[in-house]
Amino acid sequence: MSKFGTFAGILLATTLSSGAAFAQTTLSMWYHGAGSEQEVSILNQITADFNASQSDWKVELQAFPQAAYNDSIVAGALAGNLPDIVDVDGPVMPNWAWAGYLQPLQIDETKIASFLPGTKGMWDGKLYSIGLWDAAISLVTRQSILDELGLRTPTLEQPWTKDEFMDALSKAKASGKFEYALDLGTAWTGEWYPYAFSPFLQSFGGDIIDRSTYKTAEGVLNGDKAVEFGTWWQSLFTDGYAEATQDPAARDAGFNSGKYAFSWNGNWAALGTLAAFDDVLFLPAPDFGNGPKIGAASWQFGVSAKSAHPDGASKFIEFALQDKYLAAYSNGIGLIPATASAAAMTENYKEGGKLAVFYGLSEKQALVRPVTPSYVVAAKVFEKALADIAKGAPVADTLDAAVDEIDADIEKNGDYGF
Amino acid sequence: MASKFTRSNRVGWLMAGPAALLIAVFVVLPFIFAIGLSFTNQRLISPNPTEFVGLANYEQLLGIGVLTLEPERDAAGAVLRDADGAPKYPTLRSVTRNNPDFPQFAGMREWFSFQLGEHPTYVLARDVVFMKAIVNTFIFVIVVAPVQAGLALGLALLINQRLKGINLFRAIYFMPVVVSIVVVSLLWRFIYDGSSGLLNNLLAALSFGALPRIDWLGEPSTALGAIIAMSIWQAVGFHMVIWLSGLQTISPTLYEAAAIEGSSKWQVFRYVTWPGLRNTAVLILIVITMQAFALFSQIDVMTGGGPLDSTQTIVFQAVERGYGKQDISGGSTISVILFVIVFSISLIQRYLTREKQ
Repeated sequence: MSKFGTFAGILLATTLSSGAAFAQTTLSMWYHGAGSEQEVSILNQITADFNASQSDWKVELQAFPQAAYNDSIVAGALAGNLPDIVDVDGPVMPNWAWAGYLQPLQIDETKIASFLPGTKGMWDGKLYSIGLWDAAISLVTRQSILDELGLRTPTLEQPWTKDEFMDALSKAKASGKFEYALDLGTAWTGEWYPYAFSPFLQSFGGDIIDRSTYKTAEGVLNGDKAVEFGTWWQSLFTDGYAEATQDPAARDAGFNSGKYAFSWNGNWAALGTLAAFDDVLFLPAPDFGNGPKIGAASWQFGVSAKSAHPDGASKFIEFALQDKYLAAYSNGIGLIPATASAAAMTENYKEGGKLAVFYGLSEKQALVRPVTPSYVVAAKVFEKALADIAKGAPVADTLDAAVDEIDADIEKNGDYGF
Repeated sequence: MASKFTRSNRVGWLMAGPAALLIAVFVVLPFIFAIGLSFTNQRLISPNPTEFVGLANYEQLLGIGVLTLEPERDAAGAVLRDADGAPKYPTLRSVTRNNPDFPQFAGMREWFSFQLGEHPTYVLARDVVFMKAIVNTFIFVIVVAPVQAGLALGLALLINQRLKGINLFRAIYFMPVVVSIVVVSLLWRFIYDGSSGLLNNLLAALSFGALPRIDWLGEPSTALGAIIAMSIWQAVGFHMVIWLSGLQTISPTLYEAAAIEGSSKWQVFRYVTWPGLRNTAVLILIVITMQAFALFSQIDVMTGGGPLDSTQTIVFQAVERGYGKQDISGGSTISVILFVIVFSISLIQRYLTREKQ
């Protein structure tokens, strides 16, 4: 009822505030965040402002629950009935662009020069999507834990090496104060696995797909570096540092209740941890040899290929890229604003803000997931391989099988146009 | 039979029409599509044109090979041995990956192995996950069909009595059937929880803490069993009702006659009740078998096929491939294979339970 009320209110406001409402062409937009009232209300504000700011276009928003969103887009595309503006998860974008759901944005690249690299959805040399925010992961712990275990505080310039990280885990385990040393979030299935764990693989020197050709995973997902990664990954569980089956409740509240010494978690969970302890540290990813890495790219806006009004759709997206909206999203749901100037306007990401460290992490360590249409399938294969290895499957054979599956998919799709 | 269809029977066709039409549009037609798609490389989303690939999808799913490894030999032909004196064998990986000498095994993986005679023999499969899915599904059916049917019959006999408040028991036994299987699966996930689940707490309390806590859904050895137990509990009430309807069609005069003859309870069951339930039994057996082969929701909610593929099933694989991995042709192929399996088993069941002349 309240949602309908807001919606009706906005409709009324937009109709009243712009006398030329009759001349406006309607642009439809789909959004994935139906469950989150804050997100939708911010976006409603943006569309209301946009509709009032000019007399050519009128954006109408329809929000979907996140779990059903991608399916809705695929079904909409098959039925030939996509909206003008869509939002799309960063790593999925190349798949949709390749499949012909999206068209390049008509936005001048100088306008987004200052945006974090992870927010720009580039495919085939063109900008297909742009994000108002990014997300980042850090190794969450407390200063008191580091002091107690006698560990050096890693910095962005000098993160922990693999040895220092493993030393930290073994000291945490030996202290006997924690149920497990490390909370990896294995309870979160789905995109969390490739998003959170493939940066470890990349830091070892492997990858999900060979980014030099994008035609195979052979050698990068089952090469020596990858096997080294897989062996290390398995040892986290066999040595008792982390749990392969995690209770979702333990993921949500475990670190805050002292169950773990370290937690590998995203900035969206940071505010809760800050509320639980007053000496929280958000440490950069350890360097496993090939530089420290974390995942980049979150949800972004794009224009559907079938849109009859791509100019208007792009105008709306450009309108949404104003710093005040980036800041509003960040203040509302804790995401990293896409520009430094917007970060300065926010509560948590301004100079000295509680989450400012994430802006640095995103800038310094973030690496986008492989930019290829095959990512959608490869991500699922990768997730299964990691879950199996965590449960004790033989490392090299499991990675070989994953490579075969990814390669077979790429071949079935005519190399995805590469 | 034939005359009934050929005879002018407009009302009958009018009544059957809506259902027949819906079944044709939403079941028969998609299934014919699935058969067609299983011979192509159709993707869920792709700008590439669909191509006919013949039996490639079936070969990919069902390909099997048997390999007996020969020990490694030195230049003189003597068998190389490790420190314990056991012969050294090449790794399986070196045979199945990039080995031009064994093109027939390329891309295959070990399904299982055994030692027959001197050298280890490996059974390789092109798609090990699907093979495991088939085996798991059969285990599920073989356990669920008799146990669920038997328990349901037991419950039906219990509640087929004139007692005060018997309807309350009927309602309680039937309740799990009314609840959505997704909700039931979510609840049982909490019951099976490895650290603080109800089942572990119960076992710990009963054994005064002697039994170790088991991560029921997280261990390959217990996951499928846990899902079998939960599935039997969930659907047993449905089959109980069917048994009950069968029990109530048996004429009371037969029981009266049996009582006059002075037969024991067992004799009544063996010679009156059981023969009277014959057709019900055939129906229940076939329905349970078909439902059990369609095992999906519990897997999707509770384990996602893991741990280590111990709960993969045929239907879960079909959905996982068709939608998760956007491979509609692969998913269709699995559906067709499942249809062939279920259809053959139903035919065999019909044959075995036929009315003997």
